[in-house]
Amino acid sequence: MSDLSSQKIPVTVLTGYLGAGKTTLLNRILSENHGKKYAVIVNEFGEIGIDNDLIIGADEEVFEMNNGCVCCTVRGDLVRIMEGLMKRKGKFDAIIVETTGLADPAPVAQTFFVDEDVQKNARLDAVVTVADAKWLSDRLKDAPEAKNQIAFADVIVLNKTDLVSKAELAEVEARIRGINPYAKLHRTERCKVQLSDVLERGAFDLDRILEIEPEFLDAGDGHDHDHDHHHDHHHDHGHSHGGLKHYHDEDMQSLSLRSDKPLDPTIFMPWLQNLVATEGQKILRSKGILAFTDDDDRYVFQGVHMMLEGDHQRKWKEGEPRESRVIFIGRELPEQMIRDGFESCIVT
Amino acid sequence: MKEFDPGDAPSIASITDQVRVLAVGMPAASIHFLGDTAVFIGVEENAAIVNEAGEVSKVAIHGGAVLCAASDGKRIVTGGDDGKVVALDAKGEATVLATDAKRRWIDNVALHPDGAVAWSAGKTAYVRSSKGDEKSFDAPSTVGGLAFAPKGLRVAVAHYNGVTLWFPNMAAKPEFLEWAGSHLAVTFSPDNKFLVTAMHEPALHGWRLADNRHMRMSGYPGRVRSMSWSVGGKGLATSGADTVIIWPFASKDGPMGKEPAMLAPLQARVSMVACHPKQDIMAAGYSDGTVLIVRLEDGAEILVRRNGSEPVSALAWNAKGTLLAFGTEDGDAGILEF
Repeated sequence: MSDLSSQKIPVTVLTGYLGAGKTTLLNRILSENHGKKYAVIVNEFGEIGIDNDLIIGADEEVFEMNNGCVCCTVRGDLVRIMEGLMKRKGKFDAIIVETTGLADPAPVAQTFFVDEDVQKNARLDAVVTVADAKWLSDRLKDAPEAKNQIAFADVIVLNKTDLVSKAELAEVEARIRGINPYAKLHRTERCKVQLSDVLERGAFDLDRILEIEPEFLDAGDGHDHDHDHHHDHHHDHGHSHGGLKHYHDEDMQSLSLRSDKPLDPTIFMPWLQNLVATEGQKILRSKGILAFTDDDDRYVFQGVHMMLEGDHQRKWKEGEPRESRVIFIGRELPEQMIRDGFESCIVT
Repeated sequence: MKEFDPGDAPSIASITDQVRVLAVGMPAASIHFLGDTAVFIGVEENAAIVNEAGEVSKVAIHGGAVLCAASDGKRIVTGGDDGKVVALDAKGEATVLATDAKRRWIDNVALHPDGAVAWSAGKTAYVRSSKGDEKSFDAPSTVGGLAFAPKGLRVAVAHYNGVTLWFPNMAAKPEFLEWAGSHLAVTFSPDNKFLVTAMHEPALHGWRLADNRHMRMSGYPGRVRSMSWSVGGKGLATSGADTVIIWPFASKDGPMGKEPAMLAPLQARVSMVACHPKQDIMAAGYSDGTVLIVRLEDGAEILVRRNGSEPVSALAWNAKGTLLAFGTEDGDAGILEF
């Protein structure tokens, strides 16, 4: 991490459907003896018991940017609050933004990409979604917001696991994985989670996009999955893999692309830019590690809807397979079109 | 760049040795002159009052960040994240004018020459007249900026998708000036003919109030955070680019169909502008700490402060135009007497 980015204040976005346990997690973070001070931005100001010096009520005002892009929405109130908070620099170490249960995390995340002043002072650390083990499966069926929050997450705290049977737990985890196989998932009771598992994750830090591998929890039997790298899980519906059930969500899914052969940057870059420009409304998150022709550096990128950022990360190590890997998480992704487009970037 | 580098530009006159350095000791959010007394408003908690001998005395004004400040030359009114609206006079006496019931942040304040004060918290704008009556108005979204019209009791309330002109003493429906986007700072031209907002995106938007004709003023690389009307309201000087951008407002059409003047280019962005109250000159502060005085007619420059610090964050003239004070984000401050 560069000196500049490490000076930026980390911002954790805390989402989760109504009643999942966001406030419980927030209070756990604040009350733990970590010696850090948090500025907390909440909604429904004053209606929840949070004991913290720096607590700011927000209005969750989602604004469209005037750039002709309908999914370029930002949280206008957050821009204002961040500006005010920066006057108190040094009085806190990190910021936590709690969204309402019905909120879409994208405008919050996009605020940290779009606004020049916010970007100068703060960096998005991770989107943490608290999910209710008992009710999430139902909400995924009837609440698009809940699905968005799972799809968007870098970290999922699957809470209230004590209220469900082992089978129910396996079921809800499989449903989560059907939408987002890449987030770190933690099973908790009363949001009891290591703070290091939810804070300082660097999930949006290009330097820390090291691996893009689906995360499969072992089913509690100590069995580690041996990934078959030429086998793509996402083609398979509800199949059993090492004892775990897999679901393929009807409209929200992830798509993983891979190539052992180098990509042509003069084809890939315009393709990717055009893809997010035309299909960005459907693409919630994207990430990639790329091996380009005649380039000894790994190129990494990540994006939220239509916004992309990318950079050369480091030299490919000796002996490291120069493999390109791209993932998209989104709604009704035009899978064949994306696969064909990606294939066309491969130098054969 | 650590040193001032004139580059290809002709070498300019320097009066840096005439600046009196002030031990303000805190980052300045704004400077206001009460007579010949310079008052520095800190980004948090305190104000610093500088007497004519250059001595600095601190006054506590807020229990946290100072989010906004305005002055009518007689007093300064500030709003803070402690939910308080505070008035400060030249003697250093701070008085709490109002406390938000929910302790919400006071995001904006404005002062009317007759003594009325306006402030906003969230979506609600408040006006307290000189007689003490208080009225409030709920904007459709969070208030981005407030300004009193130069004539009559009329308040411009900037918000998302436009500006509402509110007449606190009249039953008349507020007038809504619509323009898509998030409007932040707002200012009336001194002749009351134009209204201009600085938007969240790097652009200004203007309305000619006689017929609500729109004026789009764009092309900035960064958001406009500082605006200042030149003497007589002939032009509106703005920050946000690597030159001072001055939009012409002398004619009845304002800047419609006209190019702005671009003066004093540097390899740094203009962070603050302050026009002289009596003459066609202005001061400009830059993101590299440079302060220049610029003649509006031909762009001739005088160097007041060299570069090599954090951005200039506050800049002001006294009403007579005999004193210029500046402050930076890292707490440097100075005053120049003419």
